Parts: sequence; C-alpha cells; structure tokens
Amino acid sequence: MMNAVADTQASSVGYTTADGRDIGEVILDLRNITLRFGGVEAIKDISFDIQEGEIRAIIGPNGAGKSSMLNVISGFYVPQEGEVWFRGKPRPPLKPYQVAQQGIARTFQNIALFEGMSVLDNVMTGRLGKMRRGILAQALWVGPARKEEVHNREAVERIIDFLEIQAIRKTPVSRLPYGLKKRVELARALAAEPNLLLLDEPMAGMNVEEKEDMSRFILDVNDEFGTTIALIEHDMGVVMDLSDRVVVMDYGRKIGDGTPDVVRNDQVVIDAYLGVSHD
Amino acid sequence: MLYREAGDFKTSYSLDNQTFPLKLDRIVFYLTLAVAFLVVPLVINDYWASAILVPFLIYAIAAIGLNILTGYCGQVSLGTGGFMAVGAYACYKLMTAFPDVSILLHIVGAGFVTMVVCTVFGLPSLRIKGFYLAVATLAAQFFLVWLFNKVPWFYNNNASGQISAPERTVFGVPLTGPNTEAWAMYLVCLTFCVASAFIARNLTRGSLGRRWMAIRDMDIAAEIIGVNPLTAKLSAFALSGFFVGISGALFFSVYLGAAEVGESFGIDKSFLVLFMIIIGGLGSIFGCFAGAAFLVVLPVVLKFIGVDILGWAPDLVAHLRLVIVGGLIMFFLIKEPHGLAQLWRVMKEKLRLWPFPH
Ligand SMILES: Nc1ncnc2c1ncn2[C@@H]1O[C@H](COP(=O)(O)OP(=O)(O)OP(=O)(O)O)[C@@H](O)[C@H]1O
Ligand SMILES: [Mg+2]
Repeated sequence: MMNAVADTQASSVGYTTADGRDIGEVILDLRNITLRFGGVEAIKDISFDIQEGEIRAIIGPNGAGKSSMLNVISGFYVPQEGEVWFRGKPRPPLKPYQVAQQGIARTFQNIALFEGMSVLDNVMTGRLGKMRRGILAQALWVGPARKEEVHNREAVERIIDFLEIQAIRKTPVSRLPYGLKKRVELARALAAEPNLLLLDEPMAGMNVEEKEDMSRFILDVNDEFGTTIALIEHDMGVVMDLSDRVVVMDYGRKIGDGTPDVVRNDQVVIDAYLGVSHD
Repeated sequence: MLYREAGDFKTSYSLDNQTFPLKLDRIVFYLTLAVAFLVVPLVINDYWASAILVPFLIYAIAAIGLNILTGYCGQVSLGTGGFMAVGAYACYKLMTAFPDVSILLHIVGAGFVTMVVCTVFGLPSLRIKGFYLAVATLAAQFFLVWLFNKVPWFYNNNASGQISAPERTVFGVPLTGPNTEAWAMYLVCLTFCVASAFIARNLTRGSLGRRWMAIRDMDIAAEIIGVNPLTAKLSAFALSGFFVGISGALFFSVYLGAAEVGESFGIDKSFLVLFMIIIGGLGSIFGCFAGAAFLVVLPVVLKFIGVDILGWAPDLVAHLRLVIVGGLIMFFLIKEPHGLAQLWRVMKEKLRLWPFPH
C-alpha cells in the first residue's frame, strides 16, 4: 500500500531489540489473509509475521478486525483467502483444539473462564493438553494418575505464585472481580506453557494500577519463559511500553507495521487511529 | 466450634486433593461405610430393603451416571429410563445366554453394553445443544422402549413380553430370583453403588472431569485450551451410560425380578432421575445420594404421615407428592442449582465459624 510504513525489521533472520533481547526467526507468518462474514470483509488481504521471542502488538480502532485476526490464528475462523504459515510450513485449516496442541494459547476480549470452577481448577485446565493418563488409571486413582495430577499441580502452583493469585486459589471464579478474572485467564493460558501467547485486550477495563501489574506480568512472561506474545491493546501508552513491533489495522486493512516509534510518527496511522479517541 | 479445620494443614498437593479434606468428615465417612457394610445387613428386613434402601442405592447409581453427563458435562438427557432399560435387557440376555457366568459379571457387562448404546445416542450432541439435545434424548427414550417391546428377541420370545430374572447365586447365596434375601439384595447393590461413587469421584476430580466441566461451562474456551469436544462429550455419554446401565441391570435383576419395559423404564424414570440430580445437586457426587435419598424417602414418609396417620386418600397423597417435587424443582433451579449438596456445604461452612459468625 502506498503510505504503509516500511516493514522495517520483518526479515526472517531475527533482530536485536532496543533493550538487547535477541529475537529469533519467524514462527507465525500470515500471508494475504482475507476474511469475510457474508458481505462484510473483516480482514482485507493482510500479511504480517510474528518472530520468536518478540512482543507484537496489534492496534486499531473498534471494529478494525483485530480480534478476527486472532481468531484466524487460533482456528476459530477459516479465512477465505491467504495462508497461515507456522514454523516454516503452511498450516492446513485446524480446529481450535488442534491449534492449542501446537503450543498456541490465548485469552479472550470478553473473559472466557469456566465460571462453575475454582481458580485452581480453571488454571489446571490449562494443563489438560499435558495430561495423558487413561480412563482406567484415573477411575482407580492409581499411582500414575495421581502422580500426573501432583506433577501438573506443581507446575500450576508456580504460575499461581508468578501471577500472585495464591490467595484466591480455591475461590469460585464467578465471585472474582473483573481485573482478577483477567489475571486468572492469563494464568490458564500460561499453564499450557505456550510458545505463542495471544492476548486480546488483556488490560481492557482495568484501572491504572491493574494495568501496571498486567504490563509487568506480560514483560516477565516474555522475559522469563521466552514466550512469544501477540497482543491487542487500545491503550497507546501500554503499547509503546510493551511491544517490539506493532501492526496497525483500520477497516480490515493493514495501514502500518513497524517499531512503536516508527508507527507513532506515521501520518497515515495518526490520521486513522491516534487522532481518534478511544477508551 | 465443633466442626473445624484449624490445625488441619495440608503439606502436599495430593493431601490437598482429598475427597474429604477435613479429618472429621473422613471419620464420619468411614463410620458410615462401616455401618452400611457391617451393621445394616444384620438388621435389615424386607420392608426396609424393598421400600427404601435398595431403590435408594440403585437410583443413586443412575443419578451418578446422569450427573456425569448433565451435571459435569452439561449435556441434558431425558433418556435415562431408556438407557436403564438397555442395562436391564442386556443383563437379561447375558443371564440367559451364559447361565454359568457370574451374575456380577453380567451386571458389569450390561454396563458396558449400555456404554456403547449411550455413546451412539450421544453423537447428536456434537451438533446440537440444550433444548434440542434434550428432545433428541427424549426420542432415544421412546425409541428404546418401543424397540424392547417390538423385537421378541430381546425378551427371548416370551408370551408375556416380560423379562424375568432366573435365580443366580454367588457363593451359594441367591442374588436374583424369588429366593433372594433382603440382606443379599442390599449388599450387592451397596457394593456396586460404593464402587460407582468411588470411580465417579476419581474421574470427576481428575483431568477427564475438568474436560467435562470445561465443555459444560464454556465450550469455546474449552476448545482453545486443547479440549477436543468430540472425545470429551462422547466420553461423558459413555461413562454415564456405563453407570446408568449398571443401575438398570440391578433394578431389573436384583430388585424387581421381572420387568415390562414401558412400565419399569418409561419416561417417568428419566424424569425421576433428572429430578434427583437437580434436587441433590448438579455436578456433585454427594448430591446424587442426597437427591436419590430424598425422592425415595419422600413418598414413603408422605404415605406414612398422610395415609396412615391422618387418614387421607392415597391418591391425594400421591398428588401432594407431585406438587412438592414440582415446587422443589422450581426452587432449586431458580435459587440453588447446586441443590441439597450446596445447602449442606453452606451449612458446614457456617458450622465451621460457629459460634462466632463474623
Ligand atoms: N462472527 C462474526 N460474524 C459477523 N461479523 C463479524 C463476526 N466477528 C466479527 N465480525 C465483524 O468483523 C469486523 C471486525 O470485528 P473484530 O471483532 O475483529 O474487531 P476488533 O478490531 O477486535 O474491534 P474491537 O476493538 O471492538 O474489539 C466488525 O465489523 C464485526 O462486526
Ligand atoms: Mg476485538
């Protein structure tokens, strides 16, 4: 596109960030994705990639198609055109649970927790992909099943400690306030030990303090576990602080792609997005 | 503070995962088991066995089965009566085809046959939900009753169209047939019931149970954490069928002795078991027992008070029972979907703090 910001660092070999982190090769490559709902084109011929170890932001006004993009990645929507390349290979259309099994975890814009279960059980569900004991072993609760449960519980407790939600472990999720629910949802996604973590507006509806906590957690996840993160966020301050590269969408099109600095100073982006106020 | 958890610290994750985390609960549980196995068989008589204890145990197994499907996995079923009939007829066919094999194996075998049938009838759940699934299972109910009436092979071409259980013994003690004694009937049902509860409890606290609950609470989110909805739903139908089949087999062979499918396993059975888990508590094994006990004991108590003491007409009492059950169903569905089990939990929590409520 004419005014698009140049794909500054989208080489597939990797780069080093301003704060000295080494970013690896492309793990997810979206090529010419077009997604239609009936007559509505939610995504129009969009291409961008996500590289190993980076924090990639997707921004854009309401209805720009950001969530739809994540839904394409996680297998909820099958694009009419274009290809998703994962780790150097074109990915056939997969069901969401198959995408999860490939090491891609996510959170939702409208929290999607299991309301009937405790915080601990919710986070434990994140480990389901790693629990393979057969029905018989589970039915009798014999050694291997019990060991598997304890082993996964330990992993989950580490994440519970990490996100500082020890105190609400046994609380039913339905009783939690909004901000904590968002955190529990992150915990559930992290429990799967994903390579790629997709966060759809992880800070929406939070107060300043909660946003700061959440930002810290996201940076720590990326730093300590080396998890690649793609996040959608409206708060520009947060985006500038967190992300290594930013994709800007508007009306289903990509209108910018680059480092936060480059994107922030791009006139097209400013016109389309930054000038418009969002909450 | 009679009931307390102070000083009851958990030092490992497996201890934290016990069925009865509190010591007092554990003691009460083992005492109940000991009384049930060692004392009750000595004192039980025909009336207690056939009016209360045996139906209670059998319905508790059916409720466990339905609760796995509906309470844990969120798939409504109105086919319980039909699936109990599958268990009953499978048991009958096995008993008559292999008279030398132990009746206990026939009952378990009937569970496996029902497992397969229930899984097949669970296939529509992959496409339809809620009300539509309920209607589909209702169709299964009517279809199965029709089938067992229609095809003489199922009742070995009996002139009466009924099935009746021949005498079968274990260690020389008759468990089926007219010579079965109350204590034997009770013990075999108790054993199956305790084993079912043990297995169901283990399944529901482990990873399979979490898969079911994830599907129940939000199937989209379940998929995104890697739960395959197909295997999760069908495994719930399968295990549900297993327990419901066992209960149907026991109901026919040990309890009734002879059965006619429409009468013994009609749509009212489906509703009875469904009401048991609603009143007892959806998604709770304890609730299966509470609900079964309540709905088995209620008519007995009402009859005792209404007919025997107050001298009311029996049909008035029968109608009163329907009104009470209907009212309770509405109350629990609206006010307390987790049923008696939740009321019990709340009461225990209050007791924990008592006498200092704040
Ligand atoms: N399942 C669907 N069926 C029909 N239209 C849809 C569907 N999902 C999204 N859309 C449409 O696609 C467009 C993009 O929606 P999307 O949710 O991806 O936007 P978004 O960028 O995430 O917006 P927001 O900031 O409000 O979350 C919108 O016009 C929306 O109405
Ligand atoms: Mg969105």
